[in-house]
Amino acid sequence: MKDAVYRSHVLVCTGTGCSSAGADSLQVELEDQIAQHDLTDEIKVIETGCHGFCEKGPIVVVYPEGVFYCEVGKKDIAELVEEHLLKGRVLEDLLYREPVTEEQIPSYHDIDFYKKQQRIVLANCGKIDPENIDEYIANNGYEAAGIALTKMDPGEVISEVKNSGLRGRGGGGFPTGNKWEFAYNTKSDKKYIVCNADEGDPGAFMDRSILEGDPHRIIEGMLIGAYAIGADEGYIYIRAEYPLAIKRLEKALSQAREYGFLGSDIFGSGFDFELHIKKGAGAFVCGEETALMASIEGKRGMPSPRPPYPAQKGLWDKPTNINNVETFANIPYIIYKGAESFNSIGTENSTGTKVFALTGKIKNTGLLEVPMGTTLREVIFDIGGGLTGDNEFKAVQTGGPSGGCIPAGYLDLEIDYDSLLEVGSMMGSGGMVVMDEDTCMVDVARFFLDFTQSESCGKCTPCREGTKRMLEVLERICGGKGASGDIELLEELGNHIKDTSLCGLGQSAPNPILSTINYFREEYEAHIEDKYCPAGVCPELAGAYMIDEEGCVACGQCARACPVDAVSVQDNEIYVIDEDLCISCGACEEACPVDAVTQG
Amino acid sequence: MKSLEELKELREQVQKDMKTRSEKKMPEIIIGMGTCGISAGAREIMKTVIEETEKRSLDVKISQTGCIGMCEKEPLMDVKLPGKERVTYGELKANDVKKIIAKHVINGTVVDELAIARLEE
Repeated sequence: MKDAVYRSHVLVCTGTGCSSAGADSLQVELEDQIAQHDLTDEIKVIETGCHGFCEKGPIVVVYPEGVFYCEVGKKDIAELVEEHLLKGRVLEDLLYREPVTEEQIPSYHDIDFYKKQQRIVLANCGKIDPENIDEYIANNGYEAAGIALTKMDPGEVISEVKNSGLRGRGGGGFPTGNKWEFAYNTKSDKKYIVCNADEGDPGAFMDRSILEGDPHRIIEGMLIGAYAIGADEGYIYIRAEYPLAIKRLEKALSQAREYGFLGSDIFGSGFDFELHIKKGAGAFVCGEETALMASIEGKRGMPSPRPPYPAQKGLWDKPTNINNVETFANIPYIIYKGAESFNSIGTENSTGTKVFALTGKIKNTGLLEVPMGTTLREVIFDIGGGLTGDNEFKAVQTGGPSGGCIPAGYLDLEIDYDSLLEVGSMMGSGGMVVMDEDTCMVDVARFFLDFTQSESCGKCTPCREGTKRMLEVLERICGGKGASGDIELLEELGNHIKDTSLCGLGQSAPNPILSTINYFREEYEAHIEDKYCPAGVCPELAGAYMIDEEGCVACGQCARACPVDAVSVQDNEIYVIDEDLCISCGACEEACPVDAVTQG
Repeated sequence: MKSLEELKELREQVQKDMKTRSEKKMPEIIIGMGTCGISAGAREIMKTVIEETEKRSLDVKISQTGCIGMCEKEPLMDVKLPGKERVTYGELKANDVKKIIAKHVINGTVVDELAIARLEE
């Protein structure tokens, strides 16, 4: 630790999103330039985790002014150092522009994307150096653990968590305090606590970002949980395809050991705790708690029937408590600020906040945290900035591949565990995929089922065979070979699979299909009866393209663009498309300068 | 970590380094760092400001600005206390900086003999 105070801190986001947009080279370039201007003693460069605004990455924030630069490139660094850091002039070209007003906004808090958020779990993400335990401590880190271990007994910790109303953030929504109580009440000489960081939903990246941006928060949450249930050993189960999160977690663990937040006699309380990382190979089913434990034990990752619940017989047959990353990340806040402070946020039965990963056809792709009870409209239009292009909103898919699609009629739905279930979807881990009018709902259902079907572990028949058969039916419908009765067959199969599968994977896999049938049945019918895909996505069913005789100026650009030579010229003055050859790729429509090409 | 008190002590120590990122209102010192300012010795002024605030453990925001047109009077330095007028000091030497910090930043009295402009907010 250098004692000197720096007059300016430059925070560079090196989360996975910004790194892939080129943030890695920024930091090196920054330090080079700062050294060239002899500012090394005055300005400190800090790598942070994700700010959530991934759409605009790489992100650089300059303190003390708090100026927020986005889409910063390596070529911008020299100017940034010379103009801003040396001469104090803000680089207006790099500021965020509000899409509606075109106004340039220099400060973090004034950007719409951040204005409507409330950050508990992500409070430190993007603001501290995740590889420096001191910065976590400076923001009151580990104090909640200190209070719990030295001033509260385990029963008090559990009742505080129960009073907070915190529910599992991994998807199930089971009350966390009750889960802890079960594990606490089971008598045993050895107990385990496990953090489920096996984030597998397509389009979801909140757990990864928390681990990358604020790893000590998870360690502290687990430490408090371990003390509450009486576990002296814990595992963080994380997928190997999150290399940055693993690296930062490893570093955080070794710092926590060095400072004595892990090890023996923590805070002089006599409580011992040790924590390990277990890397998973990325099987979706290992996010299911019994399969996850099997995987930690070195067995094949397959679920087993409950009861016995992990709280009775878990890892190596010892009582075990498993919570999701985001659940643990809420614990320090609850202990530090108190249950009342937490349950005053959100709705009656879903307290606190929720982190969502917003993806799909949305302007501001990224990570956001809002109080429970925020409406879908606020999330998608106010924070997310609305849809890309001029397209209309069609549906939002929540809860990952196991969730459902919610149509525009429910945009004013207040998001919480129960309201989402009522409309046929679920909270899930917090993925949100936004779809516009160019999205075919049958194709979406097929996509998600293709995922769950290939991730099915094959242990129970309904999931192994059922998802396979459902996928076959969907592929048939998308391929133009759908028959009447297919919709009813899908509904019947879906409901059976939900009722009879062994674990959450099978029990929720039919959700995307059942919810799209429920809300977009006419699209299925168009596919089956009219052999037509209204969104023009399914290649076998998309209508052929046609050229309007009146509008055609015979420039020939469509013929040159066509990859299958389906466009030919007649009498040297008009172009026509051969319907039999047309593959409905739309290249001619894009090429036409006078908009004479339309899809039939 | 052997006690909660030990953690609190450590926190106070490490918070010092984080205050640059603090959002609370504190006195601001702004140094003219245009080409004119730098050639007149603004870097020396900046270094002295950093040293002094560190020595006295002051909660201040130090920032810099470009040329404001009064190149003749460089190096320039502004002091802005929360809720007070912004005062510009000119033709500064390192010793003047120490005086301004002691009198103006800490005690709130403008150093009249060095001040060249005042700007009401």
